[in-house]
Amino acid sequence: MSSHYEAPIREPLVLGEKSYHDISVDVGAPVLGKASKSWWIVFTIALVAFLWGLGCIIYTISTGIGVWGLNKTIGWAWDITNFVWWVGIGHAGTLISAVLLLFRQKWRMAVNRSAEAMTIFAVVQAGLFPIIHMGRPWLAYWVLPIPNQFGSLWVNFNSPLLWDVFAISTYLSVSLVFWWTGLLPDFAMIRDRTTSPFQKKIYGILSFGWSGRVKDWQRFEEVSLVLAGLATPLVLSVHTIVSFDFATSVVPGWHSTIYPPYFVAGAIFSGFAMVQTLLIIMRKVSNLEAYITVLHIEYMNKVILLTGGIVTVAYITEYFIGWYSGVPYENYTYLSFGAATGPYWWAFWALIICNLIVPLTLWVKKLRRNIVWTFIVALIINIGMWFERFDIIVIDLSKDRLTSSWTMFQPTFVDIGTFMGTIGFFFVLFLLYARTFPVIAQAEVKTILKSSGESFKRLRAEHGDDHSHTQTVEAYPADAGPAANVEDKHFDSPFDSTQDDVENNEVDFEAHRGKIDNLLSGVGTFDPEMQTQDDLKRINGVGPVMEMKLHQLGIFTFEQVSRMTDREYDLLDEIISDFPGRAKRDDWAGQALILKNNN
Amino acid sequence: MASKKIHAIYTDDDLLLQAVKQTRAANYHISEVFTPFPVHGLDHAVGLAPTRIAITAFIYGLIGLGVAVAMMNYMMIDDWPQNIGGKPSFTYYQNMPAFIPIMFELTVFFAAHLMVVTFYMRSKIWPFKKAENPDVRTTDDHFLMEVDVENHDVEKLTKFLYDTGASEISLIQNEQDH
Repeated sequence: MSSHYEAPIREPLVLGEKSYHDISVDVGAPVLGKASKSWWIVFTIALVAFLWGLGCIIYTISTGIGVWGLNKTIGWAWDITNFVWWVGIGHAGTLISAVLLLFRQKWRMAVNRSAEAMTIFAVVQAGLFPIIHMGRPWLAYWVLPIPNQFGSLWVNFNSPLLWDVFAISTYLSVSLVFWWTGLLPDFAMIRDRTTSPFQKKIYGILSFGWSGRVKDWQRFEEVSLVLAGLATPLVLSVHTIVSFDFATSVVPGWHSTIYPPYFVAGAIFSGFAMVQTLLIIMRKVSNLEAYITVLHIEYMNKVILLTGGIVTVAYITEYFIGWYSGVPYENYTYLSFGAATGPYWWAFWALIICNLIVPLTLWVKKLRRNIVWTFIVALIINIGMWFERFDIIVIDLSKDRLTSSWTMFQPTFVDIGTFMGTIGFFFVLFLLYARTFPVIAQAEVKTILKSSGESFKRLRAEHGDDHSHTQTVEAYPADAGPAANVEDKHFDSPFDSTQDDVENNEVDFEAHRGKIDNLLSGVGTFDPEMQTQDDLKRINGVGPVMEMKLHQLGIFTFEQVSRMTDREYDLLDEIISDFPGRAKRDDWAGQALILKNNN
Repeated sequence: MASKKIHAIYTDDDLLLQAVKQTRAANYHISEVFTPFPVHGLDHAVGLAPTRIAITAFIYGLIGLGVAVAMMNYMMIDDWPQNIGGKPSFTYYQNMPAFIPIMFELTVFFAAHLMVVTFYMRSKIWPFKKAENPDVRTTDDHFLMEVDVENHDVEKLTKFLYDTGASEISLIQNEQDH
């Protein structure tokens, strides 16, 4: 039997007393439940922003790029800034799923699905900008090497802009199949759990008929590993090639050999900041705090610290070498004394403060593990990394070689609207994803449950590393055949608290008459004429047996459970002595309140 | 031959792995195992040969590299050579530094996509394919081992699977041949 040992010093990655079934339930809940009010509010805001951006794009295309704030000196501004910003954000997902897979980092499993989704949605936003910038987007296919009516004049394979076409389309499509292949078992789980025939059909199609055969899993793991091996150099190549757009030019400040590694580090830096922004909200809204823990947030903060450090070194190098060269042009580049004190001083200092100074607070462990502070830092980094690209593009262009053409850039409402529109579009996609996709790679999390789950770690601490990890599952009503798995005969249950004999489940009414009345007076009675009963098993910690006992006591609805306080919990423990403290520990009342509101 | 199979359901991966080893040691034939997640070492325990899909990926990568070289050689050197920025366009070799990014991207593109397509074809998964796991709980937290009855005594086999810790055992009669 394989060992599930993991060094006790490592903190658990899955909190609470989770079984495999609990993971399915928790990951399936946002998909199978109903959307909350706050989801609809945020979705509406995002949709309005998206539609506003769409209007700006239509206005741009129908009128011409003159509606942007570009001028004769600054021919690239917000469009390419936004393009590079979004591509950069799109780097964290593949980094998490590919590089961390190669390094066998278990913590990636809880965050990779959402990070990859974010990657794909961000690259979609990025791709919009070059297409809009073409002015005639219906001719976008001209970037492809296809025979044409101009005597087959081919695309220019010497141009970094064409490399971009290949790099980004390869990146988008490979990320997509990587993501989807990982999703198949999780879609299958939703397909097999849902009770709605419509959902069963949809998730049946999405899961490609995944059955979970042992050979399929063998191939699945190999494919994941090889895709990770391919995606790792791919993710590094994409931002390298994006940096070539600048580095192969002759504009001072752009023409820099440091760009490829510096851009890649910056991309991962901004990508992780966006992952933090999204996941800190999602773990709360979708009740996934047991899977995306403070430890995950701390790990990501450490990646931010590392890549932020690389970016800092790159900034300082650029600044120093520019000054040390003594070339006067270098004093007009985005990292120079001239930039720090010139008309764009605010953009320069926004870059320095947001990307260099604020992330330094993450060296403090307390702050690194503080969720609110992490969220603030992540937002600041997102802003700072936008300014980095703005500075590189606009500051470097604003003072070109002819002093007579020096000028500044003034964005129009179309520039701003298009950018806001892509943010709206991004959130529209992400919010739809959060409601319809299994947002955690549950099949993968199940593989680390025994090594990194809190309850199993405690088990090893109490009973030694060789203790049996065999888990019992609360029996479903058997479909067919005899039940043979008799406890204590074939295996030992690791959890003493759940060892009660399933058959012995009658509540002793006579002994507890007074207490039951007392309990019902607290939570209210159930009137079968007026109310319908809820599926209490949806409360985490309530299985079929517990539900039956609650029914015997007269508790049938989430509303009744949600009224439970400490007094009712104590009464419940006295009447049903099987799981002392369980109801309080799992916060049944809080869970029931959420379920009630979602119904 | 109308085949009889026994479906034994386990509720734990360690229990399953142990049962698979015991079943094979007792010379029963395991025809399939369905699990909700990849159980480490199960493929080896069941006796599956290692997958060759990584080798196909390598071959597809070479094809991608070849396509990239052939395409750019034809377009940039043979069909319409141009002097771009004073860079040589006489031979592919001389101009190759500028072509390396796309050679790399197409290698990855071909290797990744064709490997995934191969995986889908070999494992017979695609849109509108009907799922074939015999019990819906096998994508949640149950593990199903399918054992061929062949000419063994069903009673004895059931008792044996009982003792390996199966929580549910059912006899499946297959009407048609496989």
